[in-house]
Amino acid sequence: MTATLTGVERVLAALARVRDPELDEPITSLGFVAGCTLSAEGVARVRLRLPTYFCAPNFAFLMVADAYDAVSATHGVRSTEVILEEHFAADAINHGVAARAGFARSFAGEAVGELDRLRADFLRKAVLAGTDQVCRLLLAAGIDAAELSSLRLGSVPASPALQRLRHRRAELGLPASDQDPLLIDPATGEPVLPDAAPLHLMRARTTRVSIDANTGVCRGMLRHRYPDRGLGEEE
Amino acid sequence: MYEKNGEKYFVVDSHMHYWNAAPDNWVAGAEQYAKGWIECFHAYQGLGPPETHWPIEKFQKYSEDDLMRDVFDEGHVDIAIFQPTYLTEWYKEGFNTTERNAALGEKHPGKFIANTRWDPRDGDAGLKELQANVERYGCRGVKLYTAEWRQGSRGWTLKDPEAYRYLDACQELGIKNIHVHKGPTIWPLDKDAFDVVDVDHAATDFPDLNFIVEHVGLPRIEDFCFMATQEPNVYAGLSVVIGGLMYARPRFFANVMGELLFWVGEDKMTFGSDYGIWEPKWQVEGFVDWDYPRDDAFADYPRVNAATKKKILGLNAAALYDIEVPPEFRLDAGEGKPAAREDATLAPQV
Repeated sequence: MTATLTGVERVLAALARVRDPELDEPITSLGFVAGCTLSAEGVARVRLRLPTYFCAPNFAFLMVADAYDAVSATHGVRSTEVILEEHFAADAINHGVAARAGFARSFAGEAVGELDRLRADFLRKAVLAGTDQVCRLLLAAGIDAAELSSLRLGSVPASPALQRLRHRRAELGLPASDQDPLLIDPATGEPVLPDAAPLHLMRARTTRVSIDANTGVCRGMLRHRYPDRGLGEEE
Repeated sequence: MYEKNGEKYFVVDSHMHYWNAAPDNWVAGAEQYAKGWIECFHAYQGLGPPETHWPIEKFQKYSEDDLMRDVFDEGHVDIAIFQPTYLTEWYKEGFNTTERNAALGEKHPGKFIANTRWDPRDGDAGLKELQANVERYGCRGVKLYTAEWRQGSRGWTLKDPEAYRYLDACQELGIKNIHVHKGPTIWPLDKDAFDVVDVDHAATDFPDLNFIVEHVGLPRIEDFCFMATQEPNVYAGLSVVIGGLMYARPRFFANVMGELLFWVGEDKMTFGSDYGIWEPKWQVEGFVDWDYPRDDAFADYPRVNAATKKKILGLNAAALYDIEVPPEFRLDAGEGKPAAREDATLAPQV
């Protein structure tokens, strides 16, 4: 019994590393994991749910596929089943992921590679939003925008927000070491010059507000649709 | 109209519906989509105050009496603008078509403006239908869904040459206002339907048309803001922003309003209740009472006053649609010009 529980916990921990690419939050804390079991034979079964029947199928596909990969790689898991429930494209997504078919093959006629670009596009937004989260505290402490543009990542006080920002930058292949500038263009990785820093920070703020607002709508919709909490859900 | 603390507000609901999504209107074989769609809308209603929630049966098909009471008698609205949504693949007579909306409008002269729609994939036949709708119903605005799936096509963009033919036709037919749905999912697949860059192109090439981005590009508010600040003829349609956030997420609402007021400006934001998703009463009353939380986090955003709210609740849309506003509702000298294109000068060029 203890071993089984530990196994499920490992599977849940793997799911906690899967993020909604649009909201940049783990699918567990968003409440998207409706169920998760691991049998004595090592069969993992995961049920996912989304805020609406018509949530964007491209993002839904990414989450189901990422969950499948994360769970499959978990120690003690021999076979994996991830089922998206109550979604208009659930059949195509579930079958496509189970068959390792990829998005383009699961939805005939779709352009190959577009999904990766979409993921990267939203990851760049996460970098901008994360920049705001780190810089807001520094601005409140009296450091102005031009000064921020001369800071290196290694000289910013450690915080969960900073760690998250560095992870996102590294995922995109952007500079993320101690010596790299705090402010960079999320498309090119080039440093932001002092003159451009105020506008860069304004854009970062607006991007963070947009993601927060969207997350707020999604959480509210999910709660209306499913009054019970998901596994690992956090407000 | 709405009056509070001696201030009088002329209210134009620039985004509302009169739909039938009840089972009697579901297309055989597509029931799951018809049902899923209206349940999705119903979940949005859950973001409003609990006392304004409806049972799903009423939500599927509300009556003319419901609408007239909720919008006009109790909802403070002076003029309401129908934004049609067809979805004829799932709903036999459409979800809320130009015809259905206009038929209600004709029973209540002076209360409604009926917008129509087009889809460039309809080709020459669609152009004829557009012209017929304009002649029959006097339409001066259209609602467009660029992300709608159609027979193997997964959407279109305003940049398409076919779309430009329709935008040309709009100018010739006297349609001024192009409402574009850029917001929560309709049918986007790998075509990124939230992307607002096509509005940027069209707004530049058609400077005499107004482009109202409905739902402000959610989930890409920032892309919308950076685009709108550069385009004098792009406006922010606030449906879903007020209905979906003001009650459910008041701090996020204050942030979004602050960003929009900063980048887009109070002259270029229009109220829309999105009725029957949300009733206008609580939105109008709540917005008139609204201000930022007392918190340094909101100190940098533009301030709001009664004139700001008068513009957003009605005067801006009235200007876009040439609606005559009675003198007691107009702004005083020095309070600005509603829907002025030269607004947004506060925001820096991006």
